[in-house]
Amino acid sequence: MRLITHNMLQCHAKNCNSNNFPLQLSQVEIVNQETEFNPMFLRNMLPKLEWNALVKTALQINVTLPTVLPESTTDDLDEEFLKTLHGILLETHILQGAMTCPNCNRVYPIKDGIPNMLLNETEA
Amino acid sequence: MSRPEHKAPPEIFYNDDEARKYTSNSRIQSIQAEMALRALELLNLPENETCFLLDIGCGSGLSGEILDEENHIWVGLDISPSMLQVALDREVEGDLFLQDVGQGIGFRPGTFDGAISISALQWLCNADQQSHNPKSRLNRFFSTLYASLRRGARAIFQFYPENDDQCELIMSVAMRCGFEGGLVVDYPNSKKAKKYYLCLFAGQIPGRQKQQIPQALGEDESEPTGVVYSNQRINERQKVKGKQRRSVKDKDWVLRKKEVARMRGNKEVPLDSKYTGRKRKPKF
Repeated sequence: MRLITHNMLQCHAKNCNSNNFPLQLSQVEIVNQETEFNPMFLRNMLPKLEWNALVKTALQINVTLPTVLPESTTDDLDEEFLKTLHGILLETHILQGAMTCPNCNRVYPIKDGIPNMLLNETEA
Repeated sequence: MSRPEHKAPPEIFYNDDEARKYTSNSRIQSIQAEMALRALELLNLPENETCFLLDIGCGSGLSGEILDEENHIWVGLDISPSMLQVALDREVEGDLFLQDVGQGIGFRPGTFDGAISISALQWLCNADQQSHNPKSRLNRFFSTLYASLRRGARAIFQFYPENDDQCELIMSVAMRCGFEGGLVVDYPNSKKAKKYYLCLFAGQIPGRQKQQIPQALGEDESEPTGVVYSNQRINERQKVKGKQRRSVKDKDWVLRKKEVARMRGNKEVPLDSKYTGRKRKPKF
């Protein structure tokens, strides 16, 4: 799972509707896979990102991002900055680990890069 | 026609054997690819733009590969671990999730620019466990999907409805969850090439023209291009119309068999005569 997807993911257990984002990562195994750099896609995605959550997640894998998203979200965004973002969002894959919901403490295990989001009967 | 939904729940039906068919069978692959392309066309995404898409029931990633080719970033959900394993082996680009969409999908509001689903929706209409209620599962699925789509985004579902009631159920639940849109039936006059696409719009784009339900293909009785839907053997036998259909084991067949037996030196091959290969009259 790429970090861009993690930034979009929230707990979907029934009755867990608030404070269910971001899912806390633990015991993660990270792998980097190069992909094509696409500045246009990143610019489109910027408004959708939850920046604070991304900064927190990036810290867990030892990458420091500016705590405030640079103001100029249009065309004159720094190429360097977009490249860092690309590396974090699209090239960093979580291979193993677990995600914990900050609200209901439900744990979703990740195996071979595939998070297991199945709920049991009482949670669904 | 047999319906796999009646045999077993999806996570059990799509076992290793069934999953392997999706990599070894070129016919399944080409049909899936064709439907994925058509779904992508119906999504009506802006040209030359990379979008963030959702593939519901992605299976082994056949439809995902089409999205890869069009340069989109996608996330795939499926309930069958075997199918996801095949997707891993094929090294698809998208992120995969093991998920039962009937339990809802957990993505933040406005995440996706579109969603496609190939041959998956009909599975949601089954109650495989005692706790399952198709209507409430559909409701949970459509409401969470609606939330996770950008305003004005489309969701295209290719599916095989079992009957009109099922179609109606799916549509009514989707509409109640806020979706607009309707059903597009491609090649409605063909028995096998007929395909149902449910086109849903998550609201309208502000300041733009109202979205219309796309035009279906083949309504003018044109033939489908691409994968050929025909049963060759049946057609060949039916070609001999007028006179009676020849039986497979006719006189020529018997003579050929006897010839082969003689060449091999088998003992006691009966002689050929005018009675060879004739049907015996019924005895009194």
